[in-house]
Amino acid sequence: MSQTISQPESRSDAPGQPAIVSVTGLTKRFGDRLVVDNISFAIQRGQCVGFLGPNGAGKTTCINMLLGLVEKSAGEIRIFDLEAPRFHRDIKARIGVVPQADSLDPDLSVEENLSTYAGYFQIPRRLARQRIEELLHFFALHNRRDEIIEHLSGGQRRRLLLARALLNEPQLLILDEPTIGLDPQARHLIWERLAILQAKGTTMLLTSHYLDEVSRLSQQVLILDHGQVVVQGEPRQLITDMVGLEVFEVDGTTAELDALAASFRQCNATQERVGDKLYVYAREDCSRLVKVLGEAGSWVRRPANLEDLFIQLTGRSLRES
Amino acid sequence: MNGFSFWTIWLRNARVWKKNILATLIGNLGQPLLFLLAMGYGLGRDMAPVAGLTYLQFIAPGLVASAVMYSAALETTYGSYTRLTVQKTYEAILMTPLGFVDLVLGEIVWGASKGMLAGVIMLLALPLFGVMPSPWVVALLPMLFLSGMFFSAFGLIMTALAKNYDFFNYFTSLVITPLFLFSGIFFPVQTMAPPVRGVLEMLPLTPIVSLARIFCYGRFGEPVLMKIIGSLLATGCAVWLAGYLLRRRLIQ
Repeated sequence: MSQTISQPESRSDAPGQPAIVSVTGLTKRFGDRLVVDNISFAIQRGQCVGFLGPNGAGKTTCINMLLGLVEKSAGEIRIFDLEAPRFHRDIKARIGVVPQADSLDPDLSVEENLSTYAGYFQIPRRLARQRIEELLHFFALHNRRDEIIEHLSGGQRRRLLLARALLNEPQLLILDEPTIGLDPQARHLIWERLAILQAKGTTMLLTSHYLDEVSRLSQQVLILDHGQVVVQGEPRQLITDMVGLEVFEVDGTTAELDALAASFRQCNATQERVGDKLYVYAREDCSRLVKVLGEAGSWVRRPANLEDLFIQLTGRSLRES
Repeated sequence: MNGFSFWTIWLRNARVWKKNILATLIGNLGQPLLFLLAMGYGLGRDMAPVAGLTYLQFIAPGLVASAVMYSAALETTYGSYTRLTVQKTYEAILMTPLGFVDLVLGEIVWGASKGMLAGVIMLLALPLFGVMPSPWVVALLPMLFLSGMFFSAFGLIMTALAKNYDFFNYFTSLVITPLFLFSGIFFPVQTMAPPVRGVLEMLPLTPIVSLARIFCYGRFGEPVLMKIIGSLLATGCAVWLAGYLLRRRLIQ
């Protein structure tokens, strides 16, 4: 008891409060192929962790190991301080998952999809009905409750998948590309709802290729490549440390860009040439060089973002797997 | 751990089934009823009695057993394969507290229930053809369920191995249709030459067809217990194998 008093509850790294997810040395081999290579990370209560990486980096395999859909080759997984996969039944009772591929039941209506899923969690019928009602309203689906899944738009399906994932009031929400293929309106509605859930303290694990989405939602990011953790930390801090403050993107001929590159060497910045484009990642205020740029054809000056960090760490070559 | 949580999967399937009830019943019952009419009534009128029964009476119980087989096996092939692949229903289920064992049991017990229902409807239809079952027919019901479990597990084994829907053509052409024709529904296996008889009696539908005939008319000419034990063992093996193969397919 005395420990709880001396340790403020809000401190997520307090010894009395184990991490929601804690993974140590997690490894997965498919035959000779090492897909996940000795990964360790932790997700603290109330955090949203963005799980990033190019295609084939091992994100989905990693998530599937957390859920027991893929057997780990080595390592330790603890979720809610319970060992997985030994306690998966108890663990999964407290997790909500929005899968990347639509797994709604096309034979059932919106409401039936939810009530059937509530059945899998053995939520008592009266309580389930009440939660379904709340969730239908929360995700603006109450007017479509009797609709067949086929008649729903992409955004409505995604919202229904989210509603389904929240039926058991999960303490951990796993979101695998939650807004993939949606129009901006639909994405904004989902972000707004996720922000409300975050404010209520729901812990989240998010994977997405939309890095603006990750920047918006995550307090921590973890970038995977070739099955290993390349970097993890607070996104703003990582961007400042590893990319810089701002980015100049300049189009021009080789001669023009060569000249500009020389001028930019006066400033603390790293440079990258991609085709007819010059990227300058400034680590300090390079405003004094703007007058040099004025003469160049077209250029953009913008804050450094997560996408810059991502490209810097994982390269520009295409990953097709 | 709740040993009956597979029931929620059964309920999900029942909920979907209720929406297409007429199509599935006609699909499952059409064939055995038409065979009863064509072979039993049409062909059977001019035939000498077989094993002391009119031909219609002779084939009727076996057709009940075949209705169970078709209904159960089709459910866990085409039906389960759709849930496994196109609809990703299994994936969605495995993200809940339900585990792999619940999934396999839910699917097999569901397939068996559908099979049993088809069998019961066939039994109820028999008086329309002038076939009056004896009170012993009640003892047939658990046997029909057991047979439903076997064929539903057999179907699920095929589903776990299937690469596409065409794969099930092998199953229906090379397994289900031969079983329908050679398990003693249409001719008495007991009067065949011993080696042939031996082979036919090893087929999984044969003991069920015999039991159906025995219980339907209350005529206990053959040993019953061995057939029941054999069917139980075969069903146990099939359920285990279905579970093993489906797990291998679902969990990498």
